[in-house]
Amino acid sequence: MNTDAKPTDVKHTDAAVRRRRRGLLLTGCTTLGALLLAAVFLMPLGYGAATALKDKDGVSDPNASILPVSALTFEYEGEELDVYAVPMPGGEVRELALVEPGREASVFVDPEDPGAGTVDWEGRWRTLEPVTGLDPQWGNFEEAWNTIDFLRLMGWTLMYALTTMLFTVVSSAVVAYGFARFRFPGRGLLFGLLMATILLPPAVTLVPKYAVFLQMGWVGTYLPLIVPQLFANAFNVFLLRQYFLTIPRELEEAARIDGAGPIRTFLRVIVPQALPALTAVSLFHFFYAWNDFFEPLLYLAGNREIVPIGVGLSYFSGVYNSEPHLILAAAILALALPVAIFLAAQRVFVRGIVVTGVDK
Amino acid sequence: MSDFTDAVLALRRRGRRPGRPASPMARREARWGYAFISPWIIGFVLFWAVPIAASLVFSVLDFQLTDPGATTFAGGSNWERALSDPDTWTALAATFRFTVLFLPLSLIVALGLALLLNSKHLKFTGLFRLLFFAPSMIPLVAGILIWQQVLNPQTGWVNRLIGLTGADATGADGIRWFDNPVLVLFAFSFIGLWGIGNSMIINLAGLQGIPTELYEAAAIDGAGWWRRLRSITLPLLSPVMFYNLVIGSVLVLQYFVVPWVLFGASGRPGGASRFLLVHFYQEAFVFGNMGYGAALAWLIFIVVAVLTGLLFGTARYWVHYGTERS
Repeated sequence: MNTDAKPTDVKHTDAAVRRRRRGLLLTGCTTLGALLLAAVFLMPLGYGAATALKDKDGVSDPNASILPVSALTFEYEGEELDVYAVPMPGGEVRELALVEPGREASVFVDPEDPGAGTVDWEGRWRTLEPVTGLDPQWGNFEEAWNTIDFLRLMGWTLMYALTTMLFTVVSSAVVAYGFARFRFPGRGLLFGLLMATILLPPAVTLVPKYAVFLQMGWVGTYLPLIVPQLFANAFNVFLLRQYFLTIPRELEEAARIDGAGPIRTFLRVIVPQALPALTAVSLFHFFYAWNDFFEPLLYLAGNREIVPIGVGLSYFSGVYNSEPHLILAAAILALALPVAIFLAAQRVFVRGIVVTGVDK
Repeated sequence: MSDFTDAVLALRRRGRRPGRPASPMARREARWGYAFISPWIIGFVLFWAVPIAASLVFSVLDFQLTDPGATTFAGGSNWERALSDPDTWTALAATFRFTVLFLPLSLIVALGLALLLNSKHLKFTGLFRLLFFAPSMIPLVAGILIWQQVLNPQTGWVNRLIGLTGADATGADGIRWFDNPVLVLFAFSFIGLWGIGNSMIINLAGLQGIPTELYEAAAIDGAGWWRRLRSITLPLLSPVMFYNLVIGSVLVLQYFVVPWVLFGASGRPGGASRFLLVHFYQEAFVFGNMGYGAALAWLIFIVVAVLTGLLFGTARYWVHYGTERS
């Protein structure tokens, strides 16, 4: 009996081990594959960061190192000396600074130990490889910051993003409450119409709007961009309505029994309950405004002093197209704040996206 | 079906509810309802309904922007011009070519990434979700400028990486992403794929909403990975895919920022960047042909409406309506 049981036992554990091993292998391959994919996906970002730190020569040389490097120099007796990789007679390669170049023989000094005196070397120094070292040009960011007038761009962008954020969140919340809690004839139809505006191409409204705004003297100012945000936005209404529908009605009924009218109920019960959704909508709008390009390009036309960051960047890249390192430094400056906000508020964000696209 | 598509489809169902005599309380409730939604109603009339109608009027006028008094009636000439202008056809072709390439590509990549993130074999899911979503948070113009450099034929990493395989990518006959009317569509697509985060997250949430019992039952029946994907995942995910498809096609038909930042109104290379909206923007607001621009805008409107109408029309054949909701 005992001898019979053993082989099946072994077989059994064998299968378990094999299954576990297969699982581990799958997990390893999947995770490794995902890592590779992420590396490819994010590669341009690494390129952008590396290139933003290069000097102009490092950017335009197709054979340059992928990292921001420059030739090493060494200061010796008041002179800037180039450092070369020098093969010594003994076979080792030393990094030495060239003090006195000669045709067939040159004099070097060891930057590590200049006190030891000079080193004489036989051979043609022109055949030597210069030694390079990591040399990030942090000054590129300063130069880009100043050239693009980053503070002014930021100021206008923030003004635009925050004002319209306030307007759209307040108006969308009010409208969303109307759709979520009140029964009235035509509600389904009106809500469908509201949703259909998500699908309508804004281009079809632009010509008359532009003509009217021009007559009103609004073109060249932020008014055509800000005022329409007072009238709610379909995406935001949708998201907020979905959230309001999940708030238990009992809370409102309690408030109503206490004699609160619809406005008081909305302000005292709904708004505090819906803070997560209101935060999500605010964030979405902030990113939308930060990214907004078409309408600022159109309505601010000709007023380069007040454009927000997207349009400002595109003007900058048009003028500085021979200085990619500055363009990339400016691009990185422009993405820093939104990416930081996203990293801090990731959770609210992801939940908000889910509400807009998935059946609740 | 998602609430979004439900709401839009409600436009087709009318007079479902028989009118009941309204009680004073119901009338009071309705009044408050209208009061709360009034900001949107006013906005809809001012910024959608009236401008759309006015665009139609503008399209038969020869509107003088700087001197509206000198505006004359143009009849169908703007429309005739819109349909005979070779630039319009270039723009339509460019827009459709890119739509046909990018729309399926973005849907498949967004689904693929969501499946990957939802895989039980993946470790560090939260980190990977963050990594794949992060580029969507990069301001579009900054992303365009980064891609413009990384696709630089000589110094960009993409060509240098391809060069490592031995191909002549960086040389004189190398890969010129922005000079070739076909390659440039791939450059546009790369930039577009950086913004795929939203659809990926929506897909992922959809996948997580599929009951695991279905997969367990299928596994007992001996269904493999591919079979489970085809028979369970895709049908149950179809409402989410439909949402992504509709929103994606509306956006891609109005493609503007990327070609404009890279090529302005030049249409380089070979008309490939002259999208419908670029064409419209140039005619209406660079050249000031407002009447002609209005006709083009209506043309865009018709194209978008026909396409979304077709999509909603096909929905019943492939979008899985939940069994609990009839």
